Amino acid sequence: MAMNQVKMVVTGPFSSGKTEFISSISEIDVVKTERTISSDAEREVKSQTTVAMDFGRITVDDDLVLYLFGTPGQRRFDFMWEILAEGMLGFVVMVDSTKPETFREAKSILETFRAYAPTPFVVAANKQDLTDAWSIEDLRIALRIEDGIKLLPCVANDKESVKNVLLELLYSILEEMDTSASTAG
Amino acid sequence: MPLQGNLRDFSTTQILNLINLAGKTGTLVIFEGVRTNEKDAIGNIRMAAGDERARVAFKAGKLVQAQTQTQDGNLVTVLNKASKLTDEQARIIRERAKNTADKALALLLINANYVSQKDIVGSIQQYTLDIVYTLLTWGEGPFRFEDNLLPGPDRILVPIDLENVIIEGARRIREIEQLNSHLPNLDMALRFPPNPREKFKGIHLSVEEWRVVSYVNPRNTVRQIARANNMSDIEIRRIVYGLEQAGLVEVVRPAVPVDGPRQPTGNTGRLPPPPKTQVQETVVRKLIDRIRSL
Repeated sequence: MAMNQVKMVVTGPFSSGKTEFISSISEIDVVKTERTISSDAEREVKSQTTVAMDFGRITVDDDLVLYLFGTPGQRRFDFMWEILAEGMLGFVVMVDSTKPETFREAKSILETFRAYAPTPFVVAANKQDLTDAWSIEDLRIALRIEDGIKLLPCVANDKESVKNVLLELLYSILEEMDTSASTAG
Repeated sequence: MPLQGNLRDFSTTQILNLINLAGKTGTLVIFEGVRTNEKDAIGNIRMAAGDERARVAFKAGKLVQAQTQTQDGNLVTVLNKASKLTDEQARIIRERAKNTADKALALLLINANYVSQKDIVGSIQQYTLDIVYTLLTWGEGPFRFEDNLLPGPDRILVPIDLENVIIEGARRIREIEQLNSHLPNLDMALRFPPNPREKFKGIHLSVEEWRVVSYVNPRNTVRQIARANNMSDIEIRRIVYGLEQAGLVEVVRPAVPVDGPRQPTGNTGRLPPPPKTQVQETVVRKLIDRIRSL
């Protein structure tokens, strides 16, 4: 029997914590495709960034594997996004809660991915453990996220926090399936 | 958790909207930006908070008070600015009621028939709105929202609904954008059109317009005229726009750049969305169990 492979995409602005998120939960060392950053501005934020995609894996059983793909944050690599989005089960939009200068970009990425496929998604407000993080309530208004969309507190280097985000996304996927089934029935 | 950032990333209008929707109580403090050697996540120079420029107080999502560093905002100043007190009256009251709190002073002024309660409320409201409308045009500056911080009990707080402020603010920002695009460079000069005498015949100009007209000379830049008349960039732009639309002055424009405006970048020829993945519910339930067990 062929192995069932499903994928989820972790997206968000540059340096929002996507690679860290995947690293926290992946059973394999994340296949990082990070390169030394070329732009001075970006270099000051972090020394390496994701160029094509990050790649993590969670094996469920012999027949089922979940792959987590992290998108490159910089806009100049957005040609990769659509390729990564193809066939995804759902996606997580990471937002750095301490960097309001990235909120506009986060919203734009969210809308772009939403347009790629009508799959469920959640927004993960990263770095909620830091004192200068914007609160979830304020982020919801700032990012203009509708009430029906899950906006979850997150700490990308904390496995339990990452598990919670992924579980919430899976619950949303289940709900969506139930809704589709009842509509079809 | 604090609400803080820079107005260039999260505008005053967006902050007001957030405060309104969240029904917040507290004080928004806006600072002068002090350049640092660091850059933020999107490559802009990180600005540290310098001297305080303005503070605006909110109670349960309503605007209640505003003041800037350049205007003390006490009741006498507010009433004087609203022409409810003459300069002379304001001077005398300031001398005699130096240490009197605003609320007590308001009672004294009403009892002495200087002003009515309606005058006081209306003047404070207008004064607050004028400041906030000015803040809405600030495109940059570190800000911080101090939860639950309100002005002292001696201050008179007049609650104002934020919805109309936001709408009016957005209108003013649009106007400013139009004025800026009409006259992007204040280092342009003004000159009279041919036959100016004919054009000015029967025209009624305001004092401010006449003051600008009196400086019209190809050797004076618009910026110099504004400085000479103690006008802000927006005020001079508004007046020059009006005068130009009426055909009373001409702006000497720089040559149009050869390469023209840049086209917005973005995806070209976006592919149709991929077909929705058909994943069974059992697969999702397996994933949930697996992640729970990690």
